[in-house]
Amino acid sequence: MAASVPGVPLPTRLRVAWLAGAVAVLVVAVALAVAVGPVELAPGEVLRSLLGLLPGVESGGGLTGTQATILYQIRLPRVILGGLVGAMLAGAGAAYQGVFRNPLADPYLLGVAAGAGLGATVAIIGRGAGLPPGAVPVAAFAGALAAVAITYLLGRTVGDRTATTLILAGVAVASFFTAAQTFVQQRNADTFREVYAWILGRLGTTGWGEVAVVAPYVVVAGGILLVHRRMLDVLAVGDEEAATLGVRVARVRWWVVAAATLGTAAAVAVSGLIGFVGIVVPHTVRLVAGSSYRVVLPLSFLVGAAFLVLADLAARTVLAPSELPIGVITAFFGAPFFVLVLRTSREET
Amino acid sequence: MRRSLSLTLALAAVLAACGGGTEAPSTTVAAEETTTTTVATTTTTMTPTTAVDDAFPVTVAAANGEVTVPARPTAVVSLSPTATEMLFAIGAGDQVVAVDDQSNYPAEAPTTDLSGFTPNVEAIAAFEPDLVVISFDPGDLVSALEALGIPVLLQPAAVSLDDVYAQIEQLGAATGNLAEAASLVAQIRTEIDEIVASVPDRAEPLTYYHELDPTFYSATSATFIGQVYSLLGLDNIADPADADGFGYPQLSAEYILDQDPDLIFLADTKCCGQSPETVAERPGWSELTAVKTGAVIPLDDDIASRWGPRVVEFLRTVAEAVSSLEPVG
Repeated sequence: MAASVPGVPLPTRLRVAWLAGAVAVLVVAVALAVAVGPVELAPGEVLRSLLGLLPGVESGGGLTGTQATILYQIRLPRVILGGLVGAMLAGAGAAYQGVFRNPLADPYLLGVAAGAGLGATVAIIGRGAGLPPGAVPVAAFAGALAAVAITYLLGRTVGDRTATTLILAGVAVASFFTAAQTFVQQRNADTFREVYAWILGRLGTTGWGEVAVVAPYVVVAGGILLVHRRMLDVLAVGDEEAATLGVRVARVRWWVVAAATLGTAAAVAVSGLIGFVGIVVPHTVRLVAGSSYRVVLPLSFLVGAAFLVLADLAARTVLAPSELPIGVITAFFGAPFFVLVLRTSREET
Repeated sequence: MRRSLSLTLALAAVLAACGGGTEAPSTTVAAEETTTTTVATTTTTMTPTTAVDDAFPVTVAAANGEVTVPARPTAVVSLSPTATEMLFAIGAGDQVVAVDDQSNYPAEAPTTDLSGFTPNVEAIAAFEPDLVVISFDPGDLVSALEALGIPVLLQPAAVSLDDVYAQIEQLGAATGNLAEAASLVAQIRTEIDEIVASVPDRAEPLTYYHELDPTFYSATSATFIGQVYSLLGLDNIADPADADGFGYPQLSAEYILDQDPDLIFLADTKCCGQSPETVAERPGWSELTAVKTGAVIPLDDDIASRWGPRVVEFLRTVAEAVSSLEPVG
């Protein structure tokens, strides 16, 4: 991994070939995920039905009512949500790694996961006291933002206000929130399975509602991160050096962390804690296409989307008609894949 | 379902260790003993007699081996909501001094902060119990209590109705309420037979989906609750989804829609706030036959996840739902 870590990356323009390649991977992943599922829908009919949605095309799709419901209300929103969440987690992971100059940074570094976990646990338990089920994502979102906000305030008031201080503050806050979550959980052991399932992550109950909730965050947060991709390249030389080059380091860091956190919190709120995407995808991109953030950031969004769409495809088909937690898939297939990429790229260099 | 999932896992481990017979050394208890060595629990058919104190000491074969209760217990602690229901149903309620935080039925049960999941031996011992009933041993609870000289009955999640009857009779023997236990078992058997007989036969069996939580965890016919549904001749849509026989698969939403079950039973009304209304609002679910015909039946999570005397109530709810569907279906 060390080889891939930006010492000082050579700012590289994003080559069209890489972009086209990533888009192609995503398109193939989405097509596969739409065509295959626990319920068999004839791919030809699915295509005809989808084409029929285009204005002016009369395809007369042969899907039955139930099949159409499965395609449009279950499978499609799930594929799209998987893409959005995967893109956000991978993009946020890449941004965190850049802004903290730390190859092990992932979107959960500053306490998003622990905060969301506490929020979700409290809301799940609170349902017994009359909280509506819809409160879980809201509470997870609020918990995630609260944890990172505390981390940020701590990081600013303690020590020398460097990236390292912020990371250490994140470690402290995450531990504290995790302890609180475990305590609350332990006091209400009957909700254990549901909380556990939430922590492993799932896209299983997705509808268009979740897509509508997450999409704006992903678009806005992704946009902000992409705008900062050149700044991240400059930051790689170090805070002080970047400052002498005219970069307002604290300000850039704030914007990147805020955007990545907001997007991650929204993703976590609807899908639970899906691990590994935020680390594996940016590093894979880096190993293959180079370490400049002008390349890594946009490609991470695309490859992250493709990766999670495929992981979710596995989650719903490997044991069909029963499901596997998607977090298991991302780690189980992601880790060996990553090792493979690591080895291959080492041999080349 | 709530707690019985983990309990079922624990059950598998203890199954093999069971067997043996119920011993009633005193002659006052006329007991005709039937010892099953292949099945987990012992079935003891009782000729009703008034249980009296001199039936003790009594030895019963619980899941944790032979347990000897030296005298009629007067300070029973139950860490199992199911056992609590059984104890009160056989008239042993006044012998119970404390029950765990999940034991919410019957209302007069002395609920405490004791936890059946993360039990604290000191806290249990503080009640100075002369019998402790548990359904789950997180590791060393049985040995820790036995070291204190407190007899412990481990009664894990039932896998069949026979287990339920055996556990009730075991509690009857251990608490000196044999006759009441025997008559409760007889009553449950009769009521179940009546309910089963009241449901009209169908050429084509109805299908059902039993929901444990809003992420579509379900229970197959291999589970206790699944077997109760099977009594009424219902087909479980979760069965094909459980290749490894775990019993509690998580189903795909697509699959549920495709199966289009005739009946949907919600065992996540209390835990997770689900109702026929929330089910109808789920993406695509309004198309389901059961949603259209009003065959989405809310259950009491607790009743649907325990294996106590209220299984009769559960069966009756299911039977009413089945009977209310047009036979042509």
